Amino acid sequence: MSPVGVTLIIVSSPVIVASELVKRYGGVTAVGGISFEVAPGESFGLLGPNGAGKSTTMRMVGAVSTRTSGRLTILGLDPDHDGPEIRAQLGVVPQADNLDEELRVRENLMVYGRYFGLPMSYVRRKADDLLAFAQLQDKAKSKVTDLSGGMKRRLTIARGLMNDPRILLLDEPTTGLDPQARHILWDRLFRLKEQGTTLVLTTHYMDEAEQLCDRLIVVDKGVIMAEGTPASLIREYSTREVLELRFGADRNAEMAESLSGSGDRVEALPDRVLVYTADGEGELARLTEAGIRPLTSLVRRSSLEDVFLRLTGRSLIE
Amino acid sequence: MTAIQTRVLDASPSAAKARRFGAWYVAEHRLRVMRSYVSTVVIGAIGTPLLYLIAMGVGLGHLVGSTPIDGVSYLQFVAPALMCSAAVTVASEEFTYPVLSGFKWNPTFIGISSSPITPGQIIDGMVISVIVRAFVTSVIYWVIILFFGAMTVGVSALSVIVATLVGLAFGIPIMTYIATLERDTGQIAMVMRLVLLPLTLFSGTFFPLTSMPVYLQWIGWISPIWHGTQLARVLAYGAQVPGWLIVVHVLFLLALIVPFWWLSRRIAKRRLTA
Ligand SMILES: Nc1ncnc2c1ncn2[C@@H]1O[C@H](COP(=O)(O)OP(=O)(O)O)[C@@H](O)[C@H]1O
Ligand SMILES: [Mg+2]
Repeated sequence: MSPVGVTLIIVSSPVIVASELVKRYGGVTAVGGISFEVAPGESFGLLGPNGAGKSTTMRMVGAVSTRTSGRLTILGLDPDHDGPEIRAQLGVVPQADNLDEELRVRENLMVYGRYFGLPMSYVRRKADDLLAFAQLQDKAKSKVTDLSGGMKRRLTIARGLMNDPRILLLDEPTTGLDPQARHILWDRLFRLKEQGTTLVLTTHYMDEAEQLCDRLIVVDKGVIMAEGTPASLIREYSTREVLELRFGADRNAEMAESLSGSGDRVEALPDRVLVYTADGEGELARLTEAGIRPLTSLVRRSSLEDVFLRLTGRSLIE
Repeated sequence: MTAIQTRVLDASPSAAKARRFGAWYVAEHRLRVMRSYVSTVVIGAIGTPLLYLIAMGVGLGHLVGSTPIDGVSYLQFVAPALMCSAAVTVASEEFTYPVLSGFKWNPTFIGISSSPITPGQIIDGMVISVIVRAFVTSVIYWVIILFFGAMTVGVSALSVIVATLVGLAFGIPIMTYIATLERDTGQIAMVMRLVLLPLTLFSGTFFPLTSMPVYLQWIGWISPIWHGTQLARVLAYGAQVPGWLIVVHVLFLLALIVPFWWLSRRIAKRRLTA
């Protein structure tokens, strides 16, 4: 009998299994029957607009919020019974920072590490390692309130790593950060991914989803609209290229009307008209020949934003 | 380049330790926070008794004269009550703003609940940390009272425990109330003015309850401060209180502590696991 076979079974069994997960708040259905699995080492994303139910899902997966119905196992355990055992193996970066503002930066890490029953001497060393990882060594003694938004996020990630979690849950890790701060953060997350940490993250930025997620679900109004890798979703729900035409706010809708039939599909947005096509330049040339004169035109590759638009008829960020 | 030191931590001892000691970790966290305002705590714990004992002993005591109250000097009469009231002040600080803050303003409770710690343990940890601060405050008070000669070393030391209990009996029900709030639109100030102040004034703190008109004496009977103060007086100078009444005093304090502690845990759980 091969021990390798045994190992493979253990390694490939999913770390998260959610099936028909439902959460209702009174009459409001925040999550309306979501099913997905996450494999160990995978980077899994939930992409969706505000109010889609992403945070609620993350809180259930984090073994904090109790589910209304459905099946949920995290690392083979049921959060209803083994909450502490599950949470002992998770790292959590919530949407809203909840660092203790009355403690210094390093103390925030130490205090949090203690919650995992870790000895004080270990917690001190670990805090220093993670401050270095989060590029916050100089800030060890600073007040949390003196940190920038990006630094707070990095500190929160460091806090989530105090227990060497098997799964790191990140709820909108870069929302509200400037582009530079986002890139620093992404770089840190890439490192964790390389080290084999399973990442589950939510975002309403399609570029973030494309950058960080091996696989994702597109969620809207508490249900899954589509699932796949970023590339496969774009292949399935969009065309290779998109031709963006601007005719001025008052003429876009009218022009979209007369363009229908061009490319595979035409979408009218308030500020521009999108023509979905495999060959953007070719389509533009054809339209120009037919006497269509947009104020500006642009050919770009399809993104997850287009997937979302196709699936819901709305933009991700409204 | 920094590599994170990865040690494969076996998670089950982690969870087992959290299940067993979680409340202590929360208390440790709270005490660390208190350290950031330790000067306020210490100055309050030393300054308050000094001011009160000087004012009561030298000032008010002089006015009252040498007529014994409850069989002792005015300073002896008032000292145990002042000690209880100091513990109550500590509890009213720690069970109001930090609780609402933990749920709302700087929601550290939400942060803690994503670790293995349970909401009930967060409440327990708050209580433990207040016990520590109220106890230390009471011990300091007791020592200063000894210097003023208003108590003697001996059984009176136990009044420190009674004072701590009074703090809990007063503060835990307030924590229960605060835990239900979504925001503070003056409720905390109201608690201080309409609960803390009247209960302190009409609980036989500065004069015996029986010297008040009968229609005001009920305030003492529903006040943990009066019940506790009477107990502390028994321990401090052997105040004459019938045995059945001592039992009532103890039961009254416990009746405020135990059910409201339980209720606070329930509310925290409902709130943090929603
Ligand atoms: N504690 C709560 N009580 C009532 N409704 C809630 C609560 N949390 C979330 N909701 C509702 O559930 C829906 C999904 O919210 P959320 O999970 O925060 O979405 P997202 O994170 O995708 O923006 C929203 O309509 C929100 O108002
Ligand atoms: Mg959210």
